[in-house]
Amino acid sequence: MTGLLANAVLASLFIFALAMALTLVRLFRGPSAQDRVLALDYLYILAMLMMLVLGIRYASDTYFEGALLIALFGFVGSFALAKFLLRGEVIE
Amino acid sequence: MKRLFPAPLLSLTLWLLWLVLNLSTSPGNLLLGALLGVLAPLLMAPLRPQSVRIRRPVTIIRLILRVGLDVLTSNLQVARSVLTAGQRPPRSAFVRIPLDLRDAHGLAALSMITTIVPGTIWSELALDRSILLLHVFDLNDERQFIEHFKHTYERPLMEIFE
Amino acid sequence: MNEFNTLPLWLELTTAALLLTGSVFALTGAFGLLRMKTFFQRMHPPALASTLGTWCVALASILYFSGLKHMPVLHAWLIPILLSITVPITTLLLARAALFRKRMANEPVPEEVSSGRDRGN
Repeated sequence: MTGLLANAVLASLFIFALAMALTLVRLFRGPSAQDRVLALDYLYILAMLMMLVLGIRYASDTYFEGALLIALFGFVGSFALAKFLLRGEVIE
Repeated sequence: MKRLFPAPLLSLTLWLLWLVLNLSTSPGNLLLGALLGVLAPLLMAPLRPQSVRIRRPVTIIRLILRVGLDVLTSNLQVARSVLTAGQRPPRSAFVRIPLDLRDAHGLAALSMITTIVPGTIWSELALDRSILLLHVFDLNDERQFIEHFKHTYERPLMEIFE
Repeated sequence: MNEFNTLPLWLELTTAALLLTGSVFALTGAFGLLRMKTFFQRMHPPALASTLGTWCVALASILYFSGLKHMPVLHAWLIPILLSITVPITTLLLARAALFRKRMANEPVPEEVSSGRDRGN
């Protein structure tokens, strides 16, 4: 990997981290519960994208599976939380 | 044959998915993928409420391309209105859209499309499936938007599913 | 490992550009999430990262690994496909939950569409 791509990877990782920090502010600020769920869902997506970029950085396939798992867990987690907000219980 | 393959298209998709996921076409993977393709639809068959009939593959491909293009353009639009929100706040609004599409699978596809395109979110559907409540991020002209929505997304889906 | 250096320059440039575009879109989404005034406005910016942001990063990953291994490595494309199925489901459910909770709290949101029809709307 030449310096160009390595630097681009580092820069994009930095931008993703910045996006995560902004999302964290929304997560802590709220104001309502659905805002927090939305921010958490966005954090999952950002983490998944970061995994893909890390896979490029280390030229390794394994990160792809991590990204897939984060996407799946993010879906299940946000789904359960949204369902909870809708009725107050997860399993009916 | 029908009993063994309740959904041949789904079996084929699962098989291909397995091969892509493993990045190999070795005999073992071919066999495992085929096993998955046969078993998964059989196990899921009792859960299926109704089987789907889709037609017009050309319309499907055209719709997919259309949605891809719309995602690109509305991404740019939403990004621009987020960045310029200080000077010009986005005119967000709920829009009620009268629907002609009644097929459950078609409506599911429509809800996926509207939500995946940035700038519109499917919020609620009337119980009799006649009205849809949609939240739009930056609404220009309501009448024109409804016209555009029905023409680009609802019409092709009606052709495919009904 | 020597093969790292065999990536042609145009491929590196495209990969770098795609990565930067994807991350800038994700940042715009986070910015919008923080900045928009109402909850329903805040639901829209995250779609930037789950659509175009993910497409760009997945495409960059496909290009990079295909160039590295000298064969098409397409499995990163599964992530946009997976997201395009799962993200609408959570977004839709969250929108319904928000409408339900705001109606319970008597905040100004449109009333249920089914009852709107009964009144001849």
